[in-house]
Amino acid sequence: MKTVKRSIATITLATIMVVSVSCKDEKKGAEVTPVEKEMNDTKATSMSASEDVKAEAILSDYFNLKDALVADDNSKAKQSGLLLSKSLQSLDIANYDNKNELKDIIEDANEHAEHISESDIDHQREHFKILSKDLIDMVAVTGTKVTLYEQYCPMYDGGSAWLSTKEEVRNPYYGSQMLTCGKVQREIN
Amino acid sequence: MKIFKIITAVLLVGFLGIQFFPTTQNESDTVPITDFVLVNTVPKSVKEKLEISCYDCHSNNTQYPWYNKMQPVAWFLKDHIKKGKEELNFNEWTTYSNRRKVSKLRSIIKQIESAEMPLYSYTLVHREAIFSEEDKLMVINYMKSLKDSIE
Repeated sequence: MKTVKRSIATITLATIMVVSVSCKDEKKGAEVTPVEKEMNDTKATSMSASEDVKAEAILSDYFNLKDALVADDNSKAKQSGLLLSKSLQSLDIANYDNKNELKDIIEDANEHAEHISESDIDHQREHFKILSKDLIDMVAVTGTKVTLYEQYCPMYDGGSAWLSTKEEVRNPYYGSQMLTCGKVQREIN
Repeated sequence: MKIFKIITAVLLVGFLGIQFFPTTQNESDTVPITDFVLVNTVPKSVKEKLEISCYDCHSNNTQYPWYNKMQPVAWFLKDHIKKGKEELNFNEWTTYSNRRKVSKLRSIIKQIESAEMPLYSYTLVHREAIFSEEDKLMVINYMKSLKDSIE
């Protein structure tokens, strides 16, 4: 009798464990879906319509990344880095006059975006600095319909710039530590 | 006890089995003309340090240790070297655009400064690859001057 009781107890315990594990899995699955959805959305917009749309998609992914860094959100910055890398790769460089320069810019930017998708937040910010320079140069070639502000923080790594759609300064290099540190250096458009 | 014997036997057979899988070696007789040390005027001391501490994973020529003859070590190293070369291959220096050279130099400086490179798992075995404080300063100063000259 004792052994029967014991084996029933064991089976019950095992069942509970299996059930709880599979529940966790379900949750994980649910968390992934919005990201995938977002990816498809970006693809959908970038595949359709004209070339400018693809450059605008790059900028929009870049701004999501910037906002994640402003919010000190490492995992959101990783996701945005991955999306940015995809949109960078889908740009049709052949449509532009300055092909060689643009190719260099996109290659370099892509490498930094890829690193951002797998680094801790300090590294993400280091890469973001060079990525920002690349994108400022990219906009000089591709142009944009949106009004952009080139902002500048003199404190981070001997002075670092970034792009924003808002005039108000929100510092991606320091986040909550020094949220409003910096100034508008230039207005584009 | 019997189960332990079976497990040990399976592991042993598996270990012996994988020894028959050959891996291609990252080895080359010539240094291409695109190499970092060939195209830049690198001081001898910096050149030696780079070749000892970096070139095993960041060039087309690895000085393999004896245990690379054994699996799964050879697979592990192969994967490591592949990743290292993807990030930075000193042998292909001139194929990088100026923009990427500057990016690479920036990363080289950061990684050596923060002691992330050479990897701990590498210096654990290759004691001679460790950067002393003087080595660090010497290599970083050179890389900085090179970066300034390109920028």
